[in-house]
Amino acid sequence: MSAREEISVSAAKAPASRFGWRNWAGIGVVLVLAVLPLFLANFTIFQLTMMLIYAIAILGLNLLTGINGQFSLGHGAFYAIGAYTAAILMEDAGLAYGWTLPAAGIVCFLSGFLFGLPALRLEGIYLALATFGLAVAMPQFLKLSVIEPWTGGVQGIVITKPDAPFGLPLSQDQWLYYFTLVVGLLLYWFAVNLVSSRSGRALMAIRDNPLAARAMGVNNALYKSLAFGVSAAFTGIAGALGAIVVQFVAPDSFTFFLSVALFVGLVVGGVGWLPGALVGGAFVVFIPNVAEHFNKALAGAVYGVILILLIYLMPTGAGGLVRKVADFIGRRMKSRPDR
Amino acid sequence: MKRINSRLAILGALAAATALAATAANADETTGITDKTIKIGNIMPYSGPASAYSQIAKTDAAYMKMLNDNGGVCGRQIDFISYDDGYSPPKTVEQARKLVESDQVALIFNSLGTGTNTAIQKYMNAKKTPQLFVATGASKFGDPKHFPWTMGWQPDYVSEGKIYARYLLKNIPDAKIGVLYQNDDYGKDYLNGLKQGLGDKASMIVAEQPYETSDPTVDSQMVNLKGSGANVFFNVATPKFAAQAIKKAAELGWKPTQLLNSVSNSVGAVLKPAGFEASKGVISALYLKDSQDPQWKDDEGMKKWNAFMDKYYADGDKNSSFTLYGYSVSQTLEKVLKGACDDFTHSGIMKSAASMKNVDLDLTPPGIQVNTSATDFYPLQDMQLIKFDGERWQAFGEVVSGADTQ
Repeated sequence: MSAREEISVSAAKAPASRFGWRNWAGIGVVLVLAVLPLFLANFTIFQLTMMLIYAIAILGLNLLTGINGQFSLGHGAFYAIGAYTAAILMEDAGLAYGWTLPAAGIVCFLSGFLFGLPALRLEGIYLALATFGLAVAMPQFLKLSVIEPWTGGVQGIVITKPDAPFGLPLSQDQWLYYFTLVVGLLLYWFAVNLVSSRSGRALMAIRDNPLAARAMGVNNALYKSLAFGVSAAFTGIAGALGAIVVQFVAPDSFTFFLSVALFVGLVVGGVGWLPGALVGGAFVVFIPNVAEHFNKALAGAVYGVILILLIYLMPTGAGGLVRKVADFIGRRMKSRPDR
Repeated sequence: MKRINSRLAILGALAAATALAATAANADETTGITDKTIKIGNIMPYSGPASAYSQIAKTDAAYMKMLNDNGGVCGRQIDFISYDDGYSPPKTVEQARKLVESDQVALIFNSLGTGTNTAIQKYMNAKKTPQLFVATGASKFGDPKHFPWTMGWQPDYVSEGKIYARYLLKNIPDAKIGVLYQNDDYGKDYLNGLKQGLGDKASMIVAEQPYETSDPTVDSQMVNLKGSGANVFFNVATPKFAAQAIKKAAELGWKPTQLLNSVSNSVGAVLKPAGFEASKGVISALYLKDSQDPQWKDDEGMKKWNAFMDKYYADGDKNSSFTLYGYSVSQTLEKVLKGACDDFTHSGIMKSAASMKNVDLDLTPPGIQVNTSATDFYPLQDMQLIKFDGERWQAFGEVVSGADTQ
């Protein structure tokens, strides 16, 4: 995945009046993503599916942090709630997998909204700490004996992998990839429209200056809680997809490392730049493998070095890099090769 | 939703048939095996909270190196590929798929963890690729009827629970048992094993006290157990809590016969912090020789292990049970592979793994042997009872079997 391809999804963000290079690049990325699985082995498709799923989760986090300015180190918890909602509905209630996504979205919207209410009093790092607590508590909570009949306790729940419907000549992995891609595009479309709507402007106003926003008549408390809810819903849907693709949920899958991974993906992709989620997703899935490839014993250290280098070289994430390159090209007018 | 017409249905059936044919082709019996090599995969937490276990995989890798230096197995060199999953089940799925589909291994050996192995069990069986000797004591990995390609190795917790039950029935028939257990599968497996072992005498258990890993201490549970009038204390706790429990019993002046689960029978991590005086007389069980025990100083198997450690894993920790474990489980694999030379395929290897008869390992104490059959996927089920004499563990009595009496 070269960063160049990702840049582009920003297309939809540009005003529709000018169909510029961003739109073409966006269409290009979607086309590449749509064609890729036809040429790849199932295992690689599985990895790409995971990349898309993490991208959706990071997109949700980006709405909260990048657009509304609230920090969260606890989105792994919402991912877990979404995953468990899907797993329980599929295995206990026998619901078809497709219907578990809206269900997971609603459950996570409510949990996010409710968590957002008390979190209103917290700002910046204090909010980060409160959400961090949520992430740490979640695996323990999932093991509680009271809810064990549904969650399966430490054992978790094993899920049956769905086949491609209507006799489409696709392997299970290819089908789930396209399914995830379509869900991802829908959610991306929703996010872009939300950001460019009246509500989106209110969210950004709160981020930039809460006092001024209130003076303009924005209901800060409501919008902040709503942002939490929507963000959690995105991440929850990603969790549900993750459960279906991995075919298994257990408390060990949702430790606070997951929340940290999502946060890292957000920063690497670019805070506030929605297409960056795809870069972030790729980072979460592939960089640990790259690090392991260098040296197994020092995988953690290599990962850390890569992360430090990235942040040092592009402090504003992939989003900032794209903007800089675009500016540079714009100023030169002549399209010299990047850099 | 129900508007699928018949033509679509036929198309669907065709596609399903093609898919089935494709899967069948995937599950090639000799994937990962050539005339000169066999590829063996492994998944281990090199990073993350459980990374201490990675010593096991390092020992496994060192053992494979030794095998290769000695000519390999069945004339084939072993290509051992080990990946990191950080103890996270979704990552385990990714790594298992990478091993099976990309690296094309013949089998996955000794992958570690209960949740992680559960996550890939269905997949491995669908791929008809052996998932041999998983590194966990959970009893669910010996289910040949539903998962004929998955096998455990070490004595599972249920078997060990039965071993203590058999000891009690024979030696303390009037026992009143108080049980302290961790409130998860690990604890419940032991408790179930004890109950199954006691059979219709299960009423001997007079008190059951669960604790959560989030509890700061188990003091109140211990007070309750003492109050129940039990004269046998079965301690099913992880090291920190096991030490607390032994210490608290001594403080309360409660002197029952104490049974300690093998998970926590480390002298350094449990008995020392609990106090040697308080730990005197505690009974536990083991299935591998202790490298610190002077009685094995001149033992043949122990000498072989020492030579192996010096030559192939010089920076490994000889005091750690992980290196003993890794050596023993690898030796079991060696015997399985060598027993499959005539039919060196996935199912041939599986068949060999499921037909071990009284196999001795270098590091199992005399009398403890590996036994499997087509219906018994629990290789090790016998344990040696041991008693703490205030300084070290002493073996006593005969080897007790945790297997169901056939």
